[in-house]
Amino acid sequence: MSSIAAAPPQNRAPGFWASTNGKKIVMAVTGAILFAFVVGHLAGNLQIYEGPQKLNAYGRFLHSIGELLWPVRILLLTCVGLHITATAQLALRAKRARPVGYSRRQAIASSYASRTMYWSGPIVLAFVIFHLLNLTAGYIHPGGAFVEGDVYHNVVSGFQVWWVSAWYIFSIGLLGLHLRHGLWSMFQSVGIHQPRYAAAMKSAAFAIALLIVLGYISIPISVLLGLVK
Amino acid sequence: MNLDSKLPSGPIEQAWDRTRFELKLVNPANKRKHSIIVVGSGLAGASAAATLGELGYRVECFCFQDSPRRAHSIAAQGGINAAKNYQNDGDSVYRLFYDTVKGGDFRAREANVYRLAQISVNIIDQCVAQGVPFAREYGGALTNRSFGGAQVSRTFYARGQTGQQLLLGAYQALERQVCAGTVTMRPRCEMLDLIVIDGRARGIVVRNLVTGAVTTHFADAVILGTGGYGNVYYLSTNAKGSNATAIWRAHKRGALFANPCYTQIHPTCIPVSGDYQSKLTLMSESLRNDGRIWVPLAKGDKRSPDLIPEAERDYYLERRYPSFGNLVPRDVASRNAKSVCDEGRGVGDSGLGVYLDFSNAIQRLGEGTIRERYGNLFDMYQRITDENPYKVPMRIYPAIHYTMGGLWVDYHLQSTIPGLFVVGEANFSDHGANRLGASALMQGLSDGYFIAPYTVGHYLASNKFDQVSGENPQARSAVEEVKQTTAKLLSIRGKRTVDSFHRELGKLVWEYCGMSRTAEGLELAAERIRALREEFWSDVTVPGSGDDLNQSLEKAGRVADFFELAELMCLDARQRNESCGGHFREEFQTPEGEAQRDDERFSYVAAWAYGGPGHSPELHREPLEFHYVHPSQRSYK
Amino acid sequence: MRLTLKIWRQKGAADKGGFVRYPVDRVDGEMSMLECLDVLNESLIEKGEEPIAFEHDCREGICGSCGFMIGGVAHGPMPATTVCQLTMRHFKDGQELVIEPWRAAAFPVIKDLIVDRRAFDRIIASGGYISVSTGNAPDGNAHPVGKEMADRAMDAAACIGCGACVAACPNASAALFTGAKIAHLNLLPQGKPEKDRRALRMVGQMNAEGFGNCTNIGECTAVCPKEIPLEVIAIMNRDYLRASVVRREELVAAIAPVSGWDVGGKS
Repeated sequence: MSSIAAAPPQNRAPGFWASTNGKKIVMAVTGAILFAFVVGHLAGNLQIYEGPQKLNAYGRFLHSIGELLWPVRILLLTCVGLHITATAQLALRAKRARPVGYSRRQAIASSYASRTMYWSGPIVLAFVIFHLLNLTAGYIHPGGAFVEGDVYHNVVSGFQVWWVSAWYIFSIGLLGLHLRHGLWSMFQSVGIHQPRYAAAMKSAAFAIALLIVLGYISIPISVLLGLVK
Repeated sequence: MNLDSKLPSGPIEQAWDRTRFELKLVNPANKRKHSIIVVGSGLAGASAAATLGELGYRVECFCFQDSPRRAHSIAAQGGINAAKNYQNDGDSVYRLFYDTVKGGDFRAREANVYRLAQISVNIIDQCVAQGVPFAREYGGALTNRSFGGAQVSRTFYARGQTGQQLLLGAYQALERQVCAGTVTMRPRCEMLDLIVIDGRARGIVVRNLVTGAVTTHFADAVILGTGGYGNVYYLSTNAKGSNATAIWRAHKRGALFANPCYTQIHPTCIPVSGDYQSKLTLMSESLRNDGRIWVPLAKGDKRSPDLIPEAERDYYLERRYPSFGNLVPRDVASRNAKSVCDEGRGVGDSGLGVYLDFSNAIQRLGEGTIRERYGNLFDMYQRITDENPYKVPMRIYPAIHYTMGGLWVDYHLQSTIPGLFVVGEANFSDHGANRLGASALMQGLSDGYFIAPYTVGHYLASNKFDQVSGENPQARSAVEEVKQTTAKLLSIRGKRTVDSFHRELGKLVWEYCGMSRTAEGLELAAERIRALREEFWSDVTVPGSGDDLNQSLEKAGRVADFFELAELMCLDARQRNESCGGHFREEFQTPEGEAQRDDERFSYVAAWAYGGPGHSPELHREPLEFHYVHPSQRSYK
Repeated sequence: MRLTLKIWRQKGAADKGGFVRYPVDRVDGEMSMLECLDVLNESLIEKGEEPIAFEHDCREGICGSCGFMIGGVAHGPMPATTVCQLTMRHFKDGQELVIEPWRAAAFPVIKDLIVDRRAFDRIIASGGYISVSTGNAPDGNAHPVGKEMADRAMDAAACIGCGACVAACPNASAALFTGAKIAHLNLLPQGKPEKDRRALRMVGQMNAEGFGNCTNIGECTAVCPKEIPLEVIAIMNRDYLRASVVRREELVAAIAPVSGWDVGGKS
């Protein structure tokens, strides 16, 4: 007899984190948390339009709740870490999944935003680091002296340097692109998809991303235009 | 040779039950000691392989495609019949049996057909349980449609993709067994010979289509589910890869070939558009439920259809068959299309086409309803022809679709070689001279899920099996022959391509052994086929080598077999001096031009034994007896 | 009409391969893309050259055998159309078409435009079925399935397994294929009993095969000849997430991928 009909050799299947689906779920959850921060941070920042007292008070308030602030910061850092680790691993895996590329490829359905996630992400990260050094720690503050505690002053003097503002606006634009795809994609990754609302959800993601971009970039623009001094 | 059809005696209603009781069983513990080879992974092959695997046998399943899911059963559109009577319209096992025997023009075995009708209900249950998404009513019950002229609604369907969904069900069951280790799947392998040892089928010779390696595989029984031979005609609705090689080589090893001339021409295909055409695309028969078929009354009327007034149109099926109208069986519809085209009233550039017009239905039911019923078919038509069938009538023409003939099998689906079982379209058993719509899927699954698993078990339990190996002289000579044929095909290096021969062969068979046949034409065709075959063996060119993937070589081997089979088809059509079902001899027709059977002389299965090279095949007759449905002239007037 | 076909030629898996340009003169608008290749192949054979190997079978868009990239788009420019039904009238006289095989580590090239898609079979074998042996079935109407659910299952079940989704995905992900089968079976009441196990095993197998990740960008569904909706990927993710939380099985096994073509037997 020939040696037929033996069960095919079996291996252990990749577990949750090892699977691409698991990683994407982690990315969706961490992305959602980071998005919540982006919204919260914007809400705080917009207080700049209510004058120095209000904004500085907000800054002091954040520092006064240190026992809460640090857990939140650790959570955010963990999210950033997981989000980036998953992305990096997935990107490497995707590269292995297509060792020989196409001589020509044409995208026909995907949005520009969705195809540039690998670029918008790292640039936004670089910006966040700069932004922390610029306005939180004050190590890099080209617009004159960084005054610990005077948030309003630091922001206004920082944005008065044109390239700081330009860099900020550019990065926020990319964050918007990132959110435009990410806000919709995270629902898909955790398995929420209702065809009837899919188009509406995509539009909502676009609208939210746009509002966030407008909210953020209004600050350097106002500073440059002299509306906020 | 004595053809023992092993037909059960006694009342037909209990025949299969009784047979099942009489069949020997293999002890559960012994099942895994038996190995079974299944060739082909379509509805019949996959369902047989999966079921035998479930039972615990060790199964090895071969297909030439890259995956068992590609088998051409996948292309069946319309549906599958079952005598469920869910619609409460008076259907019953007996009625399905009756319709099928009559539809087959009284050239099928009653007992086989009755069993088919009985099993039809189990098939639906099995497929639903597997997750086949049949069409449903809002309330959740299975829905049915009337199909192919049946007077009851007994056809179950999954949009226009019933074959696909049923095949995927069988494929999934098969893959489940692959994972369980009972079935080993061998894709990209083509069976090139059958190994017969001590008079019993014990293995096959296979060419690995990727590496070119020729290997032998042994088992206690071999099941062929390799489909039909419609591609003899080159242009057909079959897949490009569909071929007769497995059954033909088994025939040459001693299996009788039954009724090769029974071929079915499907009336609703998209007409040929050019000589580069490689295949014909079927438009589901269900279109005839709402479409009206017509041609212009006047010869050579080349006006565009919307300019031809109602009075100058000939709705020829409605005119000739008032009670069935556009829903006459396939053979009748096809023949009528041919005759109006032969009169010079065909439409389209080639004049080989008739209109299938939906304008009345659209007026009556609205475009929305028509879109819901046939949307995907209309889209497909538009994709291929660039014409919008909602606005312009479709053009259709008959094309070869199914072959009722095949290897002769007894009631156990066993061929004349013990241990060689044949299932599905590859055998000849259930459709007589004409197959009714939505019956092919039923037969394939009935054979594979519900018949072969019992009868193969009986064969295994009734016999002792010695160890066989590649050292066996029969096996070695079979391998040698396969290698020689391959080497021969590669060494001719003539001037003509395989396809050019195939195309020419197809035209010959279509012309003389197609929709209508004459004694003279058939004799001429046989002669010309022989001449062409000789030219093939001296002037074909097959580039490349036999040691890797070589599609030209694959085709060449298949076409070589088609030549021999085509000749047998002509011979069979020539000896059958009557018209029945898909076999229409111009000499034998009623004054109204309908098929004229001759039950006195031709109520038999023509089973041909291979005569060897240079010798004519020998005809054996299995008489057909009808105790329940009495032969009558089919009338659809 | 005249076209230039720039086609990927590769003798075997070990060969490096490269593009060759072929002018094709007598292209008819009614021809399908595959018939156009037939015509080219006939002329190559007559010249004694090896024809271009491409996979094809039914040529009516349902078997899933055919498929390659035309100008960087899987199955070419027409939506919901496989290359066997893509007629040449959609191209312009004098156009050059770049034709190359599906490219993915999980789909190694066998020859020219033919790739090995057995990974898909293994994904199905890992759990893409309802475990009901022949004879086990209750009456077909025993489980009512509402029309809407049956239709949704059918939408997913329409997948032909051609691999265009993998080919079109920048990450060579098989999410649409795997999702389609999980969605088809998990949506139906018959498929519910092994819903979790199916999701875990099929996702596990998909990952074991070395496909990339899904980024939900929708290139797959855009080229899908059967327009399988992106929804199926969400269903897969949801069922996988749920199954990961509730699972009791210690070990989820995956079938070891095979790349060779040894078929056992004796030569």
